[in-house]
Amino acid sequence: MSASPPASSPAASNGSEPIGAAFILRKAVLSALVALGLFSLMVGVRTEAGQSGQLEYWTRFGELASLVGAVFVGSIVVELLRLWLGPRGGLGSFVPSSVNSGLSVAGRYVAPALLIFTFLVPVIFYNQRYILDLGILVLTYVMLGWGLNVVVGLAGLLDLGYVAFYAVGAYSYGLLSTTFGLSFWICLPLAGILAAFWGVLLGFPVLRLRGDYLAIVTLAFGEIIRLVLINWQDVTGGPNGVSGIPRPSLFGIPLTPGPDGLAALLGIPFSPTHRIVFLFYLILALALLTNWVTIRLRRLPIGRAWEALREDEVACRALGINITTTKLTAFATGAMFGGFAGAFFATRQGFISPESFTFQESALVLAIVVLGGMGSQLGVALAALAMIGGFELFRSLEVYRMLVFGLAMVLVMIWRPRGIVGHRSPTVFLEKSKSISSDLVKEGHG
Amino acid sequence: MHPFRKAPAALRTGLGSSCLGSLKRQFMDYFAQQLINGLVLGSIYGLIAIGYTMVYGIVGMINFAHGDVFMIGGFIALISFLVLVSIGLTVVPVILLIVLLVSMAITALYGWTIERIAYRPLRHSFRLAPMLSAIGMSFVLTNFSQVSQGARVKPVPPIVTGGYTLHEGASGFVVQLSNIQIVVVITTIVLLGLFTWLVSRTRLGRDMRACEQDQTMAALLGVDVDRTISMTFVIGAALAAVAGMMYLLYYGLVDFFMGFVAGIKAFTAAVLGGIGSLPGAMLGGLAIGLIETFWSAYFSVEYKDVAAFSILIVVLIFLPTGLLGRPEVEKV
Repeated sequence: MSASPPASSPAASNGSEPIGAAFILRKAVLSALVALGLFSLMVGVRTEAGQSGQLEYWTRFGELASLVGAVFVGSIVVELLRLWLGPRGGLGSFVPSSVNSGLSVAGRYVAPALLIFTFLVPVIFYNQRYILDLGILVLTYVMLGWGLNVVVGLAGLLDLGYVAFYAVGAYSYGLLSTTFGLSFWICLPLAGILAAFWGVLLGFPVLRLRGDYLAIVTLAFGEIIRLVLINWQDVTGGPNGVSGIPRPSLFGIPLTPGPDGLAALLGIPFSPTHRIVFLFYLILALALLTNWVTIRLRRLPIGRAWEALREDEVACRALGINITTTKLTAFATGAMFGGFAGAFFATRQGFISPESFTFQESALVLAIVVLGGMGSQLGVALAALAMIGGFELFRSLEVYRMLVFGLAMVLVMIWRPRGIVGHRSPTVFLEKSKSISSDLVKEGHG
Repeated sequence: MHPFRKAPAALRTGLGSSCLGSLKRQFMDYFAQQLINGLVLGSIYGLIAIGYTMVYGIVGMINFAHGDVFMIGGFIALISFLVLVSIGLTVVPVILLIVLLVSMAITALYGWTIERIAYRPLRHSFRLAPMLSAIGMSFVLTNFSQVSQGARVKPVPPIVTGGYTLHEGASGFVVQLSNIQIVVVITTIVLLGLFTWLVSRTRLGRDMRACEQDQTMAALLGVDVDRTISMTFVIGAALAAVAGMMYLLYYGLVDFFMGFVAGIKAFTAAVLGGIGSLPGAMLGGLAIGLIETFWSAYFSVEYKDVAAFSILIVVLIFLPTGLLGRPEVEKV
């Protein structure tokens, strides 16, 4: 590990050590050597179970060499960039503040424009089913993101098991409709209520836990729900899931080609696109409902309490805010929206199985919230659009996309930890605040 | 297939000499076998849990990618084992030793790199940043090994074979202790001893304990905090590599997704033992291994992960400081 002194450079490079070609070269060589060590076996040798079950391997020194070369060149480029961007060196100052304020001004116009565009999507792309389907998918994630935003963005509770509530919503609708024949519009509120109930159920035990512990417990909770869904075969159908979930109707009028269908009632020729357009507006309405409720809640005392809780829990308690109810309502509200989204997911797919509710899904929604800027509604919407759209664009590179996704998460945390688009600061705060913000104050270091 | 030898008489009588009814004796045999299996599994969890607990003790973050470091360790052990066998090495102990050293070294390099890239720049960032970065890193590692080594399960033929029959029941149930189980437990004990010595007797250990108490003060007194934290990650990763290799030897397979569940269970072990406490991590690991094994043996295999995860939640509610942990004082 003798590589550490020269490699620990961000501090060293601003300070005493002169930055020259030799320094950059030395650092690049060290990085390349580390990369060689890392990739030597994992990339240089490829294993696979052969025909008879015996493991075989072959070497891939070409790939190894090109990877190491890429790290070498990349390291030089990063160092040069650092040099070029000035003595502060940190890439955190990548975006000047004038651009930031410009963005926030533009943000005022982006949101209405985006909303109008979204309303017009089914009109513009009426004949392009693919785009409509993609739009529905993006809106589902926007809704999930906004729902999780209540928990993570507003209340500051890191929830890694959000997908559990999504699953509760989906299975509530799936099972209630297939077993008791209840309609979508009755099940939708039920799904929300059930999910909120599970939110409270999870909330109770974890109330005392702090950030990291809470994250792991919610993760475990999400996994428990998924494992129960897989194993409780009598009720949930196990790995085969629930199929034949009824499609939604427009207040009792089914969107079918029959004589009772909406098309026949309106006297227009039937088209399967009607249902897609209907689903599109349905999820748009649900998402906007989430957004509206969140914005209204933020102005209520409970919303203020959430924000205060996010900024400083101890101070919150000192001011007499009831931590228990505050946390529980945050969990329940977020879970309820997750449940709504889950019911919508079930009715759109017509089929649900535990495979749709893995930890990856939770992480994806969390990444949308984090990359969008915690607490910022517009940011979350844009992040969902960028991420789901990006996934679709690079569908051919399926195996690499989660790799890139993980890397993006790390890089965003390093460069703009408060999110790419923006971060919502508390709605109200003391004007003459001290220059030190609470996130700089670590426990025991204040 | 496995040539199980008879254990020395003394070993056998210890378990079989009771004059209970045959049903009870059979129960005892089954129990003893599960006890052995659970202790072996627990040793593996314990080795991973040490990495969690050390990092949490010093940096105060959950290294979410640690489970995947364990997975990488398993893969590197597998690949180096294959390469060694194919170049004609046949002496099993030599192979095992080389594989152990190689996987420890390379996985340690992974630990170092992860800390350097994903955690160090975030040390003074906001509260959730390191956790999120760690989740991202976990995705990177999982998918890196999927891309580079393929998604299919990689089986290996049994490398360490043979064992002892401790007791043969009247009904034909045999209590066995295989050589690989002995290897796992002995390796764990040796490493644990080495590690305890490192933390309690060496300069590095002293630096680590100093950083754990107060990083600023330690830095003022001339402790290289960056280096100490790096070394913490290096040691944690090396121990995870050992766990990965033991997993490979014991179960005979690795796959790119095994780090996730093993990671959560090991974290549960760390919490159960009291996060920040090294003997606690090992104790918690053994407890989780035993609970999981007995749950599978007496209740249901399907719900064994549910049991492990439920323990995590229950422990955090009723015993947030764990078995051996110190109570945490909340400061503003």
